Amino acid sequence: MTRVLRDRRGLFGAVILLVAVLVAVLAPLVTSGAPGASRDVVTTRFQPPFTTDAYGAFHPLGTDRLGRDVWTRLVYGARVSLGVGVLAVLLSVAIGTLVGGAAGFWGGPLGLALLGVTDFALAVPRVVLLLLLAAFWEPSAALVIVVLGATGWMSLARLVHGEVRGLAVRPFVEGAIALGASRRRVLWRHVLPNAMTPIIVAAALGVGNTIVLEAGLSFLGLGVQPPTPSWGNMIASGRDTIVNAPWVAAAPGLALVLVVVACTLLGDAVRDAISGQSSSFSRQLS
Amino acid sequence: MLRALAHRVLTAGAVVLGVVTLTFFVLRLAPGEPVERLLGPTATPAQLAAQRRALGLDQPLPAQYRAWLARSVRGDWGESIATGRPVADMLARAWPSTVGLVGLSLVLSYAFGIAVGMLQASRSGTRVDTALSVGTVTLFAIPGYWLGLMLVMAFSYGLRMLPAFGAAGLDADYLSGWARLADRLQHLALPLATLVLIGVGGTARFVRGAMLDVLTQPFVVAARGRGLPDVLVLRRHVLRNALIPVVTLLGLSLPVLFTGVVFVEAVFAWPGVGGVLVQAVQARDYPVVMAATTVSALLVVAGNLLADVLVAAVDPRLRARVVGPPPA
Repeated sequence: MTRVLRDRRGLFGAVILLVAVLVAVLAPLVTSGAPGASRDVVTTRFQPPFTTDAYGAFHPLGTDRLGRDVWTRLVYGARVSLGVGVLAVLLSVAIGTLVGGAAGFWGGPLGLALLGVTDFALAVPRVVLLLLLAAFWEPSAALVIVVLGATGWMSLARLVHGEVRGLAVRPFVEGAIALGASRRRVLWRHVLPNAMTPIIVAAALGVGNTIVLEAGLSFLGLGVQPPTPSWGNMIASGRDTIVNAPWVAAAPGLALVLVVVACTLLGDAVRDAISGQSSSFSRQLS
Repeated sequence: MLRALAHRVLTAGAVVLGVVTLTFFVLRLAPGEPVERLLGPTATPAQLAAQRRALGLDQPLPAQYRAWLARSVRGDWGESIATGRPVADMLARAWPSTVGLVGLSLVLSYAFGIAVGMLQASRSGTRVDTALSVGTVTLFAIPGYWLGLMLVMAFSYGLRMLPAFGAAGLDADYLSGWARLADRLQHLALPLATLVLIGVGGTARFVRGAMLDVLTQPFVVAARGRGLPDVLVLRRHVLRNALIPVVTLLGLSLPVLFTGVVFVEAVFAWPGVGGVLVQAVQARDYPVVMAATTVSALLVVAGNLLADVLVAAVDPRLRARVVGPPPA
């Protein structure tokens, strides 16, 4: 941990993510209004950044076409975007660990079948699956989490499979089996805990990617629906006003880039800090 | 070698069939129906039933699936439910735009990406490397649709240099040869720049990592020890070995690239297959969705196959192994 924070990239990534999470959690403290609040639309819309409107409200990032404060929406949108990203990745980590762990540890016909399913799922064009699944039910944050989680577990399953295969032949695992521990206990208590680090790194990198995809779905109108702000639907709504109010689309995009860069740098730093300990995964992740 | 290749092609065919089957049933189980959307809210139940019968949608699903498969194998993709136009015609218009955009961006982003990654690896730890790393990690993080919007804002509305959307101007049909080419290139510039900028970030990061992995190998130290100049060590020993994972990445990145291009096409109103697909899914235009999915699955699988063959070409040791059946 200290090694990660001594790395400049790790420190930068950790600080940015910490600030983003704090701002999202403490949203009511860092901004005064509600994300949907608007007054007289005609006089308060399209205020440029750093202006005070006719009601004396200060807008650090300006207002959108309905006179809503972009900073407030950005902060509340962070709750949605970060929350969706983290939960979707947790879902794919759960599926990927289960599939990859079972395939790597038991092997045999079950393992082959699970690997086959994984490779098959990798070959399905993800965007087609996303479009179809997103069209199944009314778009909502929960649906986006399920859809992104269910289409993002394959690379994790492969990673876990490789790690588990490597660990399964190590002496301490043989020792645990020799001592009479059940197969399931060996996998759960001895093998998976030792495969945790690469899983965590892959998850950190995956969160960034997932936030971008969530924004993409919202951008196409298939994700989180307005008036609930998410960074994706904020960019989408700013698209229409890009000529006279470019800040509406620029602000959430910049926030998105910052968070994704932070995830990537933190993942890189963790990977480098532990690359001496595990041999097989450092290249798979880069 | 030939048997191994045949095995790979057969598996690839099975994967395509699986993807198509999965898409067919998921699509049919999704709520919403093309006939209701086609006839509108005023249609009577009798009209709806007649239209369903005319389109063959009243048959049981497995029978429809068999019929679709039998027709599409013979190259008959049917007609779009929403527009009535032949699906093959719609795709034949859309695919060249997408393939041109993806192909060009792939070539350019790999060319620039490998150059930047090599430069970084050969100067690793210096200020040049750090500065380029900051650049590539940022590019890698930018969502394509947002970068597209920002480029439109800067070059179309700000500088008024380049068109914001479409693949050709409204007056394209009246332009002479060179002017038409210039018009095309102007329209291509922003979508291509978007895809290439993002692609360079990912590729350069990967190439840098792969080259640094190779640089620590004993044979590189040995080559240096024999007094070989750095340039030759880099080109003959490091690059050749670092290219193996890069070529594998090329195959694996095709599906990701396809996902990205759908979003970028949406931003630029690029008349490619992404737009056709998004509209068709929303209208539940079954024949169009199925045809577009089949072709994209074919392309993705063919790309992976091609990457495997290329890897074997780069690395003689793998010629028998990589193209062979996967290790159990």
